[in-house]
Amino acid sequence: MSILVNKNTRVVVQGITGKEGSFHATQCKAYGTKVVAGVTPGKAGQEVEGIPVFNTVADAVKKTECDTSLIFVPPPFCADAILEAADAGIKLVICITEGIPVNDMVKVKRALRGRDVRLIGPNCPGVITVDEAKIGIMPGFIHKKGVVGVVSRSGTLTYEAVHQLSTLGLGETTCVGIGGDPVNGTGFVDVLPLFEKDPETQAIVMIGEIGGDAEEKAAEYIKKNVKKPVISFIAGITAPPGRRMGHAGAIISGGKGTATEKMKTLEAAGVRVVKNPAEIGNAVKKALGR
Amino acid sequence: MNVHEFQAKQLFAQFGVPVPRGKEITSPEEATVWANELNAPVFVVKAQIHAGGRGKAGGVKITKDKAAVAGFAKELIGKTLVTHQTGPKGRVVRRLLVEEGANIAKELYLSILVDRDSGWPVFIASTEGGMEIEEVAEKTPEKIIKELIDPAVGFQGYNGRNIAFALGLNTIEPAAVNPFIQMLGNLYRLFMEKHAALVEINPLIITKEKTVVALDGKVSFDDSGLFKHPDVQQMRDLNEEEPLEIEASENNLNYVKLDGNIGCMVNGAGLAMATMDVIKLAGSEPANFLDVGGGATKDTVAAGFRILLKDPNVKGIFINIFGGIVRCERIAHGVIEAAKEVKITVPLVVRLQGTNAEEGRKLLAESGLKLEVADDLWEAAKKIVKLTGKAV
Repeated sequence: MSILVNKNTRVVVQGITGKEGSFHATQCKAYGTKVVAGVTPGKAGQEVEGIPVFNTVADAVKKTECDTSLIFVPPPFCADAILEAADAGIKLVICITEGIPVNDMVKVKRALRGRDVRLIGPNCPGVITVDEAKIGIMPGFIHKKGVVGVVSRSGTLTYEAVHQLSTLGLGETTCVGIGGDPVNGTGFVDVLPLFEKDPETQAIVMIGEIGGDAEEKAAEYIKKNVKKPVISFIAGITAPPGRRMGHAGAIISGGKGTATEKMKTLEAAGVRVVKNPAEIGNAVKKALGR
Repeated sequence: MNVHEFQAKQLFAQFGVPVPRGKEITSPEEATVWANELNAPVFVVKAQIHAGGRGKAGGVKITKDKAAVAGFAKELIGKTLVTHQTGPKGRVVRRLLVEEGANIAKELYLSILVDRDSGWPVFIASTEGGMEIEEVAEKTPEKIIKELIDPAVGFQGYNGRNIAFALGLNTIEPAAVNPFIQMLGNLYRLFMEKHAALVEINPLIITKEKTVVALDGKVSFDDSGLFKHPDVQQMRDLNEEEPLEIEASENNLNYVKLDGNIGCMVNGAGLAMATMDVIKLAGSEPANFLDVGGGATKDTVAAGFRILLKDPNVKGIFINIFGGIVRCERIAHGVIEAAKEVKITVPLVVRLQGTNAEEGRKLLAESGLKLEVADDLWEAAKKIVKLTGKAV
């Protein structure tokens, strides 16, 4: 068991003939992911490492029965690409692209509401279910099959946590990067219930950062619904207010969204908050009584 | 990206949001010519800097005397204004907005931004115009009105009526209700079409002549949307930005200057923030946020070194790389090559982890460069703090 993706997931890569798209499609396939199609308008008939390229996502769905899309399309065309995937019947859309205008995402998110499709990202590393499917840009080899579910707003900081979990022998079930943008498709509160229900996941690592109130919403949800131990790190306790820290969504505005406030709220909900990012793995180990 | 008040008001005018007659002025001579042309009963001279609190800092002058306008211009241009938002160094005033004064009957607060929770645009309004909205929200939250706008259909009349009636505008000034609602629709269009991140009018006034006027204006734009708007890009004022941050953005680096003394260079925004936090935990303070991105090369590392070393507060540098797709031995080569180009005068700790980390660490150790190599994050943070001494 795992969440969101597994060895049966059939992936189409949108923007597969671009530099990023072709490189990562190849890497995902090498990990064992079923990458069955690629899409670049006007390039139907070509192949990328044996993966057939189609003009439209609809064609890819018809010919290959793909159900999940991985998007590398550049920001100006990305909202279009997400909507195309949803319209073609794709059930899970994972968008890696960074730099989509926020107001474009506002419209995309609204358009997906009420439809049978989940968007992960944008501006995220993707999703990996260890030893089954890697659908994203994370380095596969740092992961080790195990018992911890990871959900995070960050990329490399997630790798850091995963590395600690793998080194300590705890391993991971599925790792989900929900992305660093202010408007995204999937939040902590969408992923937490999936981990809570997953029999293989014994503990959850939640990595947040300054800005917005996703962590506060998660705290509220965890308090009421999550029985498994949740271990959390919130990045940006040293970040100044009013400045965007790399991620478009990482900004303390109007005194709201500070790391201190988030940590306090999470602790009050029973979450084990670690202040030192080097201690994430050890805190999970302790929580699991190992 | 932020713009000046006079630029915000130009956009307001373009989208049909009423503003006082006014003009950007850069010299006392221009001020005289414009004051004569404006010929208003009251003149307002406002310093243009990217910071709030200008009034309290003496950056706003009001006069009925046309001849006094040039004098105020002379006084303000070149002056350094220190407000609660500029920091102790303050900002040099380079331009002014000279506009006609208004007969204020009532001051309101109005802004629009994206609500992070719903992902919808939201209007925020209050009868407490002219006050700091954060303060109003804290002390009298019941005086804050929020109206979400469905992006599928955009601003509708009922959204406007909800806001107008909640403000009690129908009792304050019934004649202002319809122009107010029309103005909200125009502001929504401006917000969405120009990819703004925030539009704030504080105060928005009802005049004694029963009109609605944006007396102040603040607009900031979503950097990701700028590529669609060359007109907005032209509004950027480099004088208002930190020189090191400009240099960083020219090198595609994401850099934010802070006040500590340990410079850090990291790949990835989340890890960069976590690195700053770990420096603090180890007993010192970070000098900056610097994300070199996924594809760190010799050139980006060299540019990073140059920027960090230009900050006189930097007493040590901490490089923290988690190699994913980027291989650590390539980063190590980058550091070695960059160190040849840029003279590194402060202690340096390099922590490499992830893809080919061991190979990278070995390369660095054998390079003959004066640096310490680490594999663990906490150990590396303690090392650099020890080497640089405690924060001042």
